[in-house]
Amino acid sequence: MKAERLAQLLIVLLVIGLPSIAVIARSSSGAIELHGSIADNGGWNPANLSVNVGQPIHLRLTSDDVMHGFAVGQSDRAPIDVAPGVMTETTLIFDQPGKYTFYCTRWCGLNHWRMRGTIEVSGSSSETVASTTPLYIDLKLNIDDPHPADVVPADKPSAARGSVFQASIPPSYLDPKIYQTESPAVVWRELRTASFSKSLSAAQVWDLVAFIWKANSTPQSFAAGQKLFAQNCAACHGEAGQGDGVMAAALDKGSQASMGESTKKPIDFTDAANMLGASSAILQGKIVRGGMGTGMPYWGPIFTDRQIWSVINYLWSFQFDTNN
Amino acid sequence: MAGDWLGIVSRYRWRVGGAIVTPTHAVKRAVRTVDLVRAPIVKAVLRNRWPQFLIRLMALAGFVFAIVAGLIGTPVGSHNFAIVFVWIAWWAVLMLIAVPFLGRGWCSLCPIPLPGEWLQNGAALGPIKKGFGLNRRWPKKLRNIWLQNIAFTLVALFSLVVLTTPNVTSIVLLALLFMAIGTSLIFERRSFCRYLCPVGGFIGLYSQLAPIELRVKDTAICVAHTEKSCYIGSAEGYGCPWNVYPAALTKNINCGLCLECLRTCPEDNIAINLRSFGADLRQTRGRKLDEAFKAFIMLGSALIYSAVMLGPWGVLKSAASSIGTPNWLIYALGFVVLIFGVLPGLFLGAVALGNKMTQATASLKKTFVAYSYSLVPLGLMAWIAFSISFVFTNISYAWSTASDPLGAGWNLLGTAQAAWAPYLTQSIPLLQASVLLLGLGWSSVTARRIANETQAGRGALWQALPVVGYCCVITIGLMGLLIG
Repeated sequence: MKAERLAQLLIVLLVIGLPSIAVIARSSSGAIELHGSIADNGGWNPANLSVNVGQPIHLRLTSDDVMHGFAVGQSDRAPIDVAPGVMTETTLIFDQPGKYTFYCTRWCGLNHWRMRGTIEVSGSSSETVASTTPLYIDLKLNIDDPHPADVVPADKPSAARGSVFQASIPPSYLDPKIYQTESPAVVWRELRTASFSKSLSAAQVWDLVAFIWKANSTPQSFAAGQKLFAQNCAACHGEAGQGDGVMAAALDKGSQASMGESTKKPIDFTDAANMLGASSAILQGKIVRGGMGTGMPYWGPIFTDRQIWSVINYLWSFQFDTNN
Repeated sequence: MAGDWLGIVSRYRWRVGGAIVTPTHAVKRAVRTVDLVRAPIVKAVLRNRWPQFLIRLMALAGFVFAIVAGLIGTPVGSHNFAIVFVWIAWWAVLMLIAVPFLGRGWCSLCPIPLPGEWLQNGAALGPIKKGFGLNRRWPKKLRNIWLQNIAFTLVALFSLVVLTTPNVTSIVLLALLFMAIGTSLIFERRSFCRYLCPVGGFIGLYSQLAPIELRVKDTAICVAHTEKSCYIGSAEGYGCPWNVYPAALTKNINCGLCLECLRTCPEDNIAINLRSFGADLRQTRGRKLDEAFKAFIMLGSALIYSAVMLGPWGVLKSAASSIGTPNWLIYALGFVVLIFGVLPGLFLGAVALGNKMTQATASLKKTFVAYSYSLVPLGLMAWIAFSISFVFTNISYAWSTASDPLGAGWNLLGTAQAAWAPYLTQSIPLLQASVLLLGLGWSSVTARRIANETQAGRGALWQALPVVGYCCVITIGLMGLLIG
């Protein structure tokens, strides 16, 4: 009888004890387990976190399907790989209240960009951070309006060739506001009709425009924009900006319909007729807000203002030869 | 004396194999066996309940933990205990060691019936009191393995999802556990194991090939023993949980090696024999259509699994995993048609051709059933070849999963970071080819032996030839799928 009781006790201990130990051990880490899965399967879980200013938030990141990456928008912190079935720990501390977006940094699928979550940081901060309004709002631009260029160059304009005539450019055209608010086609027309350019060919005026656009960029900004483009834009727009990235074909078929939004073929940045009619403000607006009804993600909560302008600097390189 | 292993070898003896209840059941051929329980230490260990109970307890621990891991662990199969230790590690032990060498050895240690038996018997260890339950007899019409055939097929249709999704694996394991408990509460003995368990069905079929058997030593003693404690039970142990009268055992199929008869027999008349591989296939009696179809189900499943899991066809893999979609329905229909229609149909044609060539008078159905047993060796070898591939490719996941069984970031054994590394990649094709050729040869010899039961000389050769041809075609198909 004693042996029987011992046997029964062992079974009960095992059937009840083992799951209990596993469950307790699983939930006793004190950290938030953040699971990533492709957007079609739910994205981040939990998708919404909250924390107080200055309070560390300890995350245990893992993927439930494919390789993902984790980063917090508008932050300089390097992305963290989130591997399937592997726990990666990280601790975040926010010194400013606000709503932060965390997102996947790996191209995990067609709806990769939808894999986002938010961290609501409450409390107050001694520092005040000025927020900037996108230019298209200040300028009251409708960024969804078509913006065809009424004139395009025969060949790719060169900033280096344009620099030969830089002394003749009226200083007002080197004001960053021109670069930010006017389209290259408009600036070309203005320069073309100016008296100083009468001796210049149409192509040389385009070279001048290229020079002006390059003058609003720095090598550091260009390099940063190139890197951001490769990481975040190339999958749809293509490495050469021709709108032929690996996701382009699927977007062209509107296969995102199941996610509740129609899609279009990504914009070809090498298409002069479309690009040269756009101002940098329009590009900034599209990056910040996203292209409604096109599948273009909104990057406002992800990129800093400086990062967005870096990307814009790089985008113009698809129209202008900006090499020295 | 050298080589006198546990005192067994020196006691070699010859006997007329098989259980003989009446003279008409006598097997005509002598089978050389070695009785393991003649060694006192082996007998003492096997008769004692604790070793078996403790192993089953550990298996139950693993089983329960697998269910928990599947439910609360990472959904990534390659990092979850439920997938790695059930479908890779356990499967490897089952198909590469237990079934080929121990037959129903796994059934002897299986934890699934343990909770139900505890309720049914009122005791977890030994027969000390009465349990509760309706204790009904299993319906006569269902005393076959058709339900096991159906259960296996159902699991097989969903297998790509079951084998890769931890929570689905947990649901399947839970379903098996509750089915076993429920069956124990309604029906007598281990009806679940004998008639329902989807795994037990094919283990039973292939246990015929194992070089081990439980048989009575002398059927005359059984006939004379009026208490039949091996079947009824006694203070020493339960009446056969598998509802088998040990003296009537001629094949391994229905013996779960639970060892109860070893404990209850007052005459010390139970032997656990080492014997030649495939000895049961020589038995001419007790061949059944349900077991014949089990052979086709297993052979067909090996073919389909090889194509789906190891083949290059993404469309097929996608269809098999997208349960409920029209593509999956087509896949499921194809699966069922292949194992219940095409394979048996072609085999029937081969058997009919053999009959026609030799102008055999035996009924086609009887010949079909008899020859289907020749597919048992090829079927087991096909499963071993298939298992070799994915087990050696994936078993390295066991090192990291053992250390972090839930994918929770633990490192219990210090091996959580062990990287995936396939083993024996160069040797696997050669191993698979060797195993398949062994299966082909074994099946061919078996077919010829079955032909000899009704034909002699050249006639037997001609009758077996179409069946051998069928086996060749299946082997070539498997070679193509597994080795390419």
